[in-house]
Amino acid sequence: MAQVTLRKVVKMYDEVQAVRGIDLDITDKEFIVLVGPSGCGKSTTLRMIAGLEEISGGDIAIGGDVVNDVPPKDRDIAMVFQNYALYPHMNVYENMSFGLKLKRTPKDEIDRRVKQAAQILDITELLDRKPKQLSGGQRQRVAMGRAIVRDPKVFLFDEPLSNLDAKLRVQMRTEIKKVHQKVRTTTVYVTHDQVEAMTLADRVVVMNAGLIEQVGSPNDLYHSPTTKFVAGFIGSPAMNFMPCHLEQAAGALRVRLSDTLSFPVPADRTVRYAPQVGKANLILGLRPEHITETRPHVEPNQHDFQNPIDVVEPMGMETLVYFTVAGSEMCGRVNPNAGATAEKPMKLRADLSNMHLIDDGTGKVL
Amino acid sequence: MANAAVASPTATTISGRKYGSMNRDRKWALRWSYFFLILFAIFFLTPPIYMFITSLKTSAEISAESNPWWVYSPTLANYIELLTQNQYLIFFRNSAIVAVLTVLITMVISVIAAFALARMKFWGSATLATGVFLTYLIPETLLFIPLFKMFAWVNETFGIQLMNHWWTLIILYPHLTVPFCTWIMIGYFASIPKELDEAALIDGATWIQTLTKIFIPVALPGIIAATIFCFTVAWAQFLYPLAFTTSTTELVLPVGIVTTLIKGDVFNWGQIMTGALLGAAPPLIIYAFLMDYYIAGLTAGATKG
Repeated sequence: MAQVTLRKVVKMYDEVQAVRGIDLDITDKEFIVLVGPSGCGKSTTLRMIAGLEEISGGDIAIGGDVVNDVPPKDRDIAMVFQNYALYPHMNVYENMSFGLKLKRTPKDEIDRRVKQAAQILDITELLDRKPKQLSGGQRQRVAMGRAIVRDPKVFLFDEPLSNLDAKLRVQMRTEIKKVHQKVRTTTVYVTHDQVEAMTLADRVVVMNAGLIEQVGSPNDLYHSPTTKFVAGFIGSPAMNFMPCHLEQAAGALRVRLSDTLSFPVPADRTVRYAPQVGKANLILGLRPEHITETRPHVEPNQHDFQNPIDVVEPMGMETLVYFTVAGSEMCGRVNPNAGATAEKPMKLRADLSNMHLIDDGTGKVL
Repeated sequence: MANAAVASPTATTISGRKYGSMNRDRKWALRWSYFFLILFAIFFLTPPIYMFITSLKTSAEISAESNPWWVYSPTLANYIELLTQNQYLIFFRNSAIVAVLTVLITMVISVIAAFALARMKFWGSATLATGVFLTYLIPETLLFIPLFKMFAWVNETFGIQLMNHWWTLIILYPHLTVPFCTWIMIGYFASIPKELDEAALIDGATWIQTLTKIFIPVALPGIIAATIFCFTVAWAQFLYPLAFTTSTTELVLPVGIVTTLIKGDVFNWGQIMTGALLGAAPPLIIYAFLMDYYIAGLTAGATKG
């Protein structure tokens, strides 16, 4: 059993607060991804769990025991670094067995564990090679192998795929997921890549400026973000944000974007949004996939509007169109055959059933 | 270069001829580098060659007005005489023991000090690291007079006579070699990624294990570079042994050759040259074997330190 618990954890660097009192419960066997922009404190948090950084306040517990003052080696964790950190003078076998040797594990036990890990990672034929004879992907596998052989309570990954090229990154991502499904060890994974976070995690922890913005399953974060930051950070291309205000007209709520453009608020949201009528600082959040080309069949809450297109980006399976509404740039995803042309007006359709209304003052999704 | 300039007017006309040539530029660059390399090689090899030629001559031939660059009646007498002399072998032994022990003491201190200064961030570590290097900048010629005073004080206070013993040099030399070697090693250790010791730390290594099992093997080229430097300094040091040792049994090679082979105003040139040549052999042999490591170590320290 290895749950990891963070209680009011604070990290100060001189006068700067890198982590500002975070609480987090990671359950046994869970795959948690810490994600956020650089400088948000995610790596610091991971390094505090590892024991590589002292914590300035709060408690960290691994498997129920508070480990604040326990040195890294006694925390029973294994870490995979961004630059692999393989020992350059040892071959793969020695790299993987180094930790076990220091623990005076019997030789045949070491051999069994290394071979088993090598098999899981498909690096058996590389065991005699030195790190410099390996490709980036192979090195990353060895780094993971070094973690697996120790059979630790917790795996810690610090941006392990950032040094790999795009194609290999996708491949290794699947690899990491497979390994986790086989070994089922509690995992904390740090990345700045939200796609990595979404695809790998059981639960994603979005961090910003030393605080946790939101914790939830990838789908939760995507469909029900609680803050503007999460709404904008998760999803690519990012969610469209348009300044708006709510108005009551003929017994129905309308969200108005400009003098000429307004949409009725979906019926199931009218009660929730009613108190916001007339308030300033409101933002309408709408994901690009909820702005499409117009179609013959109209679903509820879908509304057509016409707007000139600024830029067209064909992606193959879809085409991204960028256009401007009342000064804010927006992005829509349209069918490649819809005939989107730059600098020409296009009839678009907004689907408001997945709209978000954000208070720009507090940054909260209403 | 000159050729490229000549070629350019023809190339500007639309004759279709090539404008300049990478190949030709490269050839000229190579010619120049060979020219200077050969020039410097001649410049630096002339003294040892002259020494070698002289070492094969008899005293009579050396003082004779014949071509100094040619041996008319070569003899090994100088070598035989020197190597059968007890005195010269004592100098050689003293030098060897002093140099080897200096290297050992220096490397143990430097490697441990550099590891601490490069990796264990503690209050004042950066200032200390700079301080270590600054001590290296003090010329040794300024130091031997205060050292004399210190030795006198030690003698008065503890009754230990440090003057005129070859082993005193083992105490003295490290203060010339430790700062520089520590500095080289700090640079080398600093170039080792931080994640490497963090990985070792998580793997369960203590600081000492991290040093011995990770840092020393990884920094081996740097350690070898420092070792060679240290050996050379200890082997070739002239001023301190001249100042602190006088008895012939306590002398090391450089001073021994000069003080015993020059009797009054009689210079035994043949034996002086032979002694110096033989004395230069050990560092030469060490260099030849470790040259590649030496260069790798120096450059790594230079760019990352």
